[in-house]
Amino acid sequence: MKEILPDLRRWRSQGLKVALARVVDVDGSGPRLPGAAMAVNENGEVAGSVSGGCVEGAVVTESLQCLEDGSRRIVTFGYSDDEAFAVGLTCGGTIHLYLEPLDW
Amino acid sequence: MTGEPTELFDLLSRAIESETPAVLATVVGLDPADETDPADLPEPGAKILIGVDDEPLGSLGNDDLDRVVIRDATGELSAGTTGLRHYGPRGEARADDVAVFVETFAPPPQMLIFGAVDFTAALSRVAKVLGYRVTVCDARPVFATNQRFPYADEVVVDWPNRLLTKVGPKLSGRDAICILTHDPKFDIPAALEALQTDVGYIGAMGSRRTTEDRNERLRNEGVSDADLSRIRAPIGLDLGGRTPEETAISICAEIISMRSGRKAAALKDVSGAIH
Repeated sequence: MKEILPDLRRWRSQGLKVALARVVDVDGSGPRLPGAAMAVNENGEVAGSVSGGCVEGAVVTESLQCLEDGSRRIVTFGYSDDEAFAVGLTCGGTIHLYLEPLDW
Repeated sequence: MTGEPTELFDLLSRAIESETPAVLATVVGLDPADETDPADLPEPGAKILIGVDDEPLGSLGNDDLDRVVIRDATGELSAGTTGLRHYGPRGEARADDVAVFVETFAPPPQMLIFGAVDFTAALSRVAKVLGYRVTVCDARPVFATNQRFPYADEVVVDWPNRLLTKVGPKLSGRDAICILTHDPKFDIPAALEALQTDVGYIGAMGSRRTTEDRNERLRNEGVSDADLSRIRAPIGLDLGGRTPEETAISICAEIISMRSGRKAAALKDVSGAIH
């Protein structure tokens, strides 16, 4: 989260709504460890990353949805998981992200 | 309301920026068992922040769960680990009702580099890229200057062994000591003192002949073979590099391979999981 703190602070001081996505668990091969974080503001601006670039686009969509309805949830991206989203990790691993509005 | 600065995030971001150890526990998932009373479950997203203040800040909803999570999160903080944990609604073990993400914000690992030489300048630069807090130490004030080591967080003019007497007890397995002095007068006392610490990596620069000579001197000082094998010398992986920058990469690559316990072969030549 350290890398994205300056962006988070600036967006909050501008009164923008922000969604935070954090990697909470990784199965198999995954590019980033738990704690990797990415944030999206209500204008669709992005800070940070949670993978090697495979799922960031989908995370933006999910994050904007999260800002829309204020929901908090775990989102899973993976190659082999039947319940996973259509967007996968090319490395074959599965990552679990926790998405929430930065309202704390 | 979203966008308004609230206490928890501001305290956490201040802790991260000032490199104060902190751990944030967040309820990220609820999967109540049949017999669980929904009224006992915490709010999704409930948080506790530990380590910033004397008292933990926030609550997951009930004292029992708080107590267990604070205990576990404090353990994760001292180990510097981050991960998911599962509990019953009142902190019961062997239950999966509540998923809590325990995220540790540990201060960066430290690298102490002894000897104010060109290799030190390159190594401090590469170590910063890897996230180390870098201290350069040399007893010669003419060489140990901030101007010569702009990437170092701190440049100390002192004998390396004296610096280690002061800071050594605080070093842990995440930290590294690189002895680049090239001079037995500084090398030997620094290596002796480095072996008293718990650092995960001790490396010493020098040719094979210098290494033999150093080993001999250290044995004469009573250093055991087991302790001697803790010192990586000649320092670095066999990449065939020559320049200070290439040498810095070879040293840092060795540190990473030591931490992961890998043999540092080319991935092409081995099989199995990459991470």
